[in-house]
Amino acid sequence: MDLFSAIDITKQFTARKALDAVSIHVPEGTIFGLLGPNGAGKTTLIRIINQIFAPDAGELLFRGRKLQPADVEAIGYLPEERGLYKKMKVGEQALYLAQLKGLSRREAEKRLAHWFAKFEIMGWWNRKVEELSKGMQQKIQFIVTVIHEPRLLIFDEPFSGFDPINVNLLKEEILALKASGSTIIFSTHNMASVEELCDHIALINNARKILDGNVKAIKEHFATNTFEIWFDKTDRELGTLLPDSFQILAKEQDLSRQGARIRMPKDVTPNDLLSRLIPHIGIHSLNEIIPSMNDIFIKVVTEKEVTE
Amino acid sequence: MKKILLIIQREYLTRVRKRSFVIMTILGPLLMAAIVVVPIYIATTTNELKQVAVIDETGLFTEKFKDSDNIRFHYLDTDIQSAKKTFTKSKDYALLYIPRTDVALPTNALLYAGTQVNINVKSYIRNVMSKRIEDLKLEAQLADLTRGDSTAIHLDDLLRSIKTSVDINTIKIGSNGEEEKSYTEVSMILSIFGSILIYFFIFMFGSQVMRGVIEEKTNRIVEVIVSSVKPFQLMMGKIIGVAMVGLTQFALWVVLTFIIITGVTASFSGKATAEMAQQQLTEQPAGGFDPGKVIHLPAETQPQGEVNEVMDALNSIDFPVMISSFLFFFLFGYLMYAALFAAIGGAVDSEADTQQFMLPLTAPLILSIILAQFIVQNPEGPLAFWLSIIPFTSPVVMMIRIPFGVPIYEVAISMVLLLLGFLATTWLAAKIYRTGILMYGKKVNYREIWKWIRQE
Repeated sequence: MDLFSAIDITKQFTARKALDAVSIHVPEGTIFGLLGPNGAGKTTLIRIINQIFAPDAGELLFRGRKLQPADVEAIGYLPEERGLYKKMKVGEQALYLAQLKGLSRREAEKRLAHWFAKFEIMGWWNRKVEELSKGMQQKIQFIVTVIHEPRLLIFDEPFSGFDPINVNLLKEEILALKASGSTIIFSTHNMASVEELCDHIALINNARKILDGNVKAIKEHFATNTFEIWFDKTDRELGTLLPDSFQILAKEQDLSRQGARIRMPKDVTPNDLLSRLIPHIGIHSLNEIIPSMNDIFIKVVTEKEVTE
Repeated sequence: MKKILLIIQREYLTRVRKRSFVIMTILGPLLMAAIVVVPIYIATTTNELKQVAVIDETGLFTEKFKDSDNIRFHYLDTDIQSAKKTFTKSKDYALLYIPRTDVALPTNALLYAGTQVNINVKSYIRNVMSKRIEDLKLEAQLADLTRGDSTAIHLDDLLRSIKTSVDINTIKIGSNGEEEKSYTEVSMILSIFGSILIYFFIFMFGSQVMRGVIEEKTNRIVEVIVSSVKPFQLMMGKIIGVAMVGLTQFALWVVLTFIIITGVTASFSGKATAEMAQQQLTEQPAGGFDPGKVIHLPAETQPQGEVNEVMDALNSIDFPVMISSFLFFFLFGYLMYAALFAAIGGAVDSEADTQQFMLPLTAPLILSIILAQFIVQNPEGPLAFWLSIIPFTSPVVMMIRIPFGVPIYEVAISMVLLLLGFLATTWLAAKIYRTGILMYGKKVNYREIWKWIRQE
């Protein structure tokens, strides 16, 4: 069951097309990665989901019906360009932002007390935001994003500007939110975090969606049957032991061992490879090279650019 | 609606808690009080000898104008026309003309002079005249009493019936003999003062709106907020919140200014005057501003007479009209400009980038304050009329005209146009604002803004 769907969203700015018939489907209780190079249209799509912009064409569905203005209270949004009022006190500001999301003052106070206790920052309540470090401000920012317990959370480049400790904290919190039933859309070009967190992705380039689906399925789809093999030093040329259909992509060596990357034809298994090599060389290890999301991203984006 | 109230509340509270607000609240009244008190002080300390010619057609004031330390009176036997002709060549400072009255006692006089008549001279003449007329009335009443015509007259009624205020219209005579109606100093001061205040308020609170928008943009909080409320709600919430700060400041200024003026005049011209001033101040809200009600204490000493004069003149101004029109033109003038200030704030990245947009926006305001000195000379002229009708200049210019009296339909047209102007600028500004606030790091020019306006 999809919690949120965008169908054929098109948005034209005066000078350029920001989105061209883009569709995404975000299943309930999953983490959905919205990927793409800078300027691809990710932030525009996110702003449309947050109803900051209206699309020129297309349909937005939330919980099975048309997205409505009141739904902003069921969505939490951490924008890429984010910040707080510097001169305002932390507690007062958090209360203000929570109330803007529709919480009553009393409810907001109760929940903030809970979150501030959880992050052990109760002592900051009466301090001005400008007195806090960047990392501290990010924590406040995170709290006010989730305080109204939204069904759908949208993080736009959430890790930018966080130090590694806070990145970890944030990842843990995101996974905890998912575990508690929230659905999360997050936009990034940090591919490592995509592999770590996302269940599904959509890749947007030049205003168009060029790839989407389950992360594991995509990786399998892009696997090239390439293996990395390490073996004892030998004088024999690896190529002479294998048929021509096997490509040797790279070679390297350290003090006692040699290594190589071999791409095999589609129907060949690693067992075939080993059975050809074992009689001649001493094998140390064999690993499949699965393309990282980073490789897939670069491959798909550059290929598209070549064909266009 | 609940959310826009939250925004208004935040904008209001963060501003009135600022130290700069407290400082402005204290400095403002000091400045205003100085504007009122300093002229009194100056007027009482000039002691150059002034010669005043008197033409008294009524014959009631013969030998009643006694020379004072710095005013000499002499009576002319000629008629007013020839006196005016010779006036410019004479050494006389002013020419007092009391025209003949057929039925009642005279309560009007004309004072011709080459320059603005010194408030000191005018006040002296007025005091002499009203005292003389009161004496005459008292004599008549006493004569009635002795004849037994009127029985059981209360002393209160008697005193009230003899109280008199005298109108002295000053007319400026040019060196070629041309005449120009000259307005009382108090109308003039009020008119300049009101218009400067409006100018200053629009500028000050308009820029506060602009800075607030820039702050939200540079703090990068704006996108967080527009994911909860519409950009238009955020913009209007800020504009209304700041307007309420302005009204609060104005209210505090009015109260504090009255307190300071009362305090200063008390210490400056003795206890009697202070009592009188207080009496008048407390009288104002309840009793309206009927000049006839003002109590004229005998003006034996000069400074007391001065303050009396100013208070008297202040009382002759219709304060409810002044204050309510000030509030209207401030509020809507501000609202109209504030929307555009907000649009500029939304379009730029920092305050340094605002210059190119600020100049054309503030030009009408600056122009109207520069032209104020001409408008005040001729508040019914075509320049004054048109500038008080056009929404961009009307808040300031109408404030100049109002103390002199403006036909009600002109005020109505001006108000309606200002209201329409406010709606138009807000509509336009909202379009610029909602696109601008989400644009970072882009140098914005007029062509870019035009694109945003056309964009749906």
